[in-house]
Amino acid sequence: MASDAVPSRSALARWLVTLAPVIGLLLVIGVFALMSDAPDQYLSVRNLRIVLAQTVIVALGAIGMTMIIVSGGIDLSVGSAIALTGVVTAVLLRGGHDPLIAIAAGIAMGGVVGILNGLAITQLRVLPFIATLGTLGVARGAAKWLGDQQTVNVPPTWVNELAVTFPTPSWLLVAPGVWLSIALAMVMTVVLSRTVFGRRVFAIGSNEAAARATGVATDRVKIAIYGLAGLFFGLSGVMQMSRLRQGDPTVAIGTELDVIAAVVIGGGSLAGGEGTIAGAMVGALTMAFLRNGTQQMGWPNYIQEIIIGIIIVLAVAADRVRRARAGV
Amino acid sequence: MLSLSGLRKRFGATVALDGVDVEFAPGEVHALIGENGAGKSTLLNVIAGALAPDAGTMRVNGEPYAPASPLAARHAGVALIHQELSLCAHLTVAENVLMGLEPARPAWGRFWLDRKAMQREAARLLESFSHPDLAPDRVVGTLPIAARQVVEILRAVAARASIVLMDEPTSSLPREDVTRLFALIRRLKASGVTVVYISHFLEEVREIADRYTVLRDGRSVATGELTGVTNEVLIAHMVGRPVDALFPDRAPAPAEDVLVEVTDLVAPPAVRKASIQLRRGEILGVAGLVGSGRTETVRAIMGLDPAESGEVRVHGKRLGKSSPPRARLAAGVGYLSEDRKGEGLALGLSLADNITCTRYESVSTHGWLRRRAQRDQTRVWLDALAIKARSPWQPARTLSGGNQQKVALARLLHQKADVLLLDEPTKGIDIGSKVEIYRAIVDCAARGAGVVMVSSYLPELFGVCHSLAVMCRGRLTPARPIGEWTPETVMEAAIGQ
Repeated sequence: MASDAVPSRSALARWLVTLAPVIGLLLVIGVFALMSDAPDQYLSVRNLRIVLAQTVIVALGAIGMTMIIVSGGIDLSVGSAIALTGVVTAVLLRGGHDPLIAIAAGIAMGGVVGILNGLAITQLRVLPFIATLGTLGVARGAAKWLGDQQTVNVPPTWVNELAVTFPTPSWLLVAPGVWLSIALAMVMTVVLSRTVFGRRVFAIGSNEAAARATGVATDRVKIAIYGLAGLFFGLSGVMQMSRLRQGDPTVAIGTELDVIAAVVIGGGSLAGGEGTIAGAMVGALTMAFLRNGTQQMGWPNYIQEIIIGIIIVLAVAADRVRRARAGV
Repeated sequence: MLSLSGLRKRFGATVALDGVDVEFAPGEVHALIGENGAGKSTLLNVIAGALAPDAGTMRVNGEPYAPASPLAARHAGVALIHQELSLCAHLTVAENVLMGLEPARPAWGRFWLDRKAMQREAARLLESFSHPDLAPDRVVGTLPIAARQVVEILRAVAARASIVLMDEPTSSLPREDVTRLFALIRRLKASGVTVVYISHFLEEVREIADRYTVLRDGRSVATGELTGVTNEVLIAHMVGRPVDALFPDRAPAPAEDVLVEVTDLVAPPAVRKASIQLRRGEILGVAGLVGSGRTETVRAIMGLDPAESGEVRVHGKRLGKSSPPRARLAAGVGYLSEDRKGEGLALGLSLADNITCTRYESVSTHGWLRRRAQRDQTRVWLDALAIKARSPWQPARTLSGGNQQKVALARLLHQKADVLLLDEPTKGIDIGSKVEIYRAIVDCAARGAGVVMVSSYLPELFGVCHSLAVMCRGRLTPARPIGEWTPETVMEAAIGQ
């Protein structure tokens, strides 16, 4: 009988598939280094620090988004959540509260937005796309309300140093936010692969009906997914506030698309069941290097937008081809 | 011990179960047999909690059993192994087998997976079913279908089910896997599990089952020990229904010229070898069990599924292997899908659009649709097929199933197809519509079209066809004149006797 099994490919071919996002990233870096008039400057440690500091916001968001996309969902409210949580943090800092409390409140607000998304999706049975589209408006409005339609200035505290390009003390090399992102990416990689919760995230994304039939409480898991992802968006909002040194309710419009793009470039499938945190991090870096490269070349902003748009489509097309081969 | 008494279930006007009484004993393999549409799958779904019966009671070990959901059934120890697999393709064998029962380390509120225990447990279960492709770490999406079926079965074993329902578990398995499956079923049986086993294949049923129950038209008509009953008796129980007088006069004998010639068509995995010769004015019936590859054969002829080898000629002209459906449509081939809602009709569009869409040039000028022509031509078909509709512009969704099916057929007629591939043209529709559809089919043939009619309902094949071929496990028997067949010989050919 004919079998529909994938012919087992060589180990090299499998590695190439896994490493495709990394190869893409190296390609982007290589192309800009070749085109640059001053490649040593483009490839300098200094520039690397700049790129990493710029990546933090999207990278943290991509950690949460990976979970959501692997579970077969989507969250469009990330940009608004970032603005709202940034404003919450800023308002508390302005009010003289301890920075730790301000940050915790900002992150918690992200979690609240996420849980609301989860409740709308599971209890009201609204598609994630629509539910989070609604939250996109609600959270943005709440941010403007809370900030009284203005930016919220904050007193100088250590919060403002979280995502700076040149950190003090200088032995940190890169911003504390970068180290935090790396640590959290590692933790979440382990959570997704080594915990019951993590495997259920994959099970729901792969075949939700099967997961439910085998006794997985799919609604509870989904609320947890959106809630946990919301905490990451909250942290992302704190970083955004830290970079601007103020809470801006109009910031990060469209950031959700960058975050989704990072996950997708990194091999995440919008059909669910597939995606890795490491891939999403590479995706976030790819976009940051693209931005940085086009800026260094002195190209106008629109060129950068066009290139990123094309890269997203190509990355997904490559993913489709790969999935067709794998027969999944 | 599971006992069912007086189970009834209807879907709208269709009676799926009409009084089922069966007792399943612990440690027995009990075969449920019957024709397609006899209610076997409905019955399994009722037992598995996916459907609630309208009337009747179920008891497990004497206790009333009325599962509100598949989950409740699972808690009561009932596991259904689906005909369609329900696995997570991205996860590993171990993760699928133990889904919902993942071993966790006790600390941290059972947060961390105990991967070692998971591997161990999965390996232990796999050992009882040594299969070359199955390793706990293998990703299910990369497994052949047969191995996926095994994963599904092991999931029921892992859940320690005491009643395991298997809906045609061997339909996609090669013989060596069937042997392994039977070894596993015997092991389940030995440990006191009740296995309810649906299969069309009598030799298989004899090999594995102890007792049988025959379902016909939603009723349990016979039950007993398999030893001491002949296949002829079983088949008579399965078939035993009168052929109604609802068929029109037979179309005149076909002409000699060949319209369609299909030679050694192979479209894996479902179609292993099919050859068809269809003459002008001929109605060729294709019988066979669900899953035997009938649908896939007509889809491959239409170019909807890729063929691996073989030749299709229409009017003597060879159709390229990769020629798309639209090229075949242009060659005069029309296709009626068995999946009316999924791909047969655009339910949201008007009757006029549904009927004229394969030949829009008949109602348009330079790409502009002429609404009046569209309306008038649609009305002609509404009248010709006695379709009950208010207006040509009402959405197809608003019609009854029978009238929808007539709209789907009207499209082929409007298309002026002279080769009609009809897949289950009367599936799930009322008698009145069936009569109209038989009449339309016979009229088409009388006007010189060739018709291939796939059906699970033997009486209609006997009622309208000139000749008949039977599909069994991907192979199509040569066609013979209808007079040379009896329902019994068709059944025997379909189950590979």
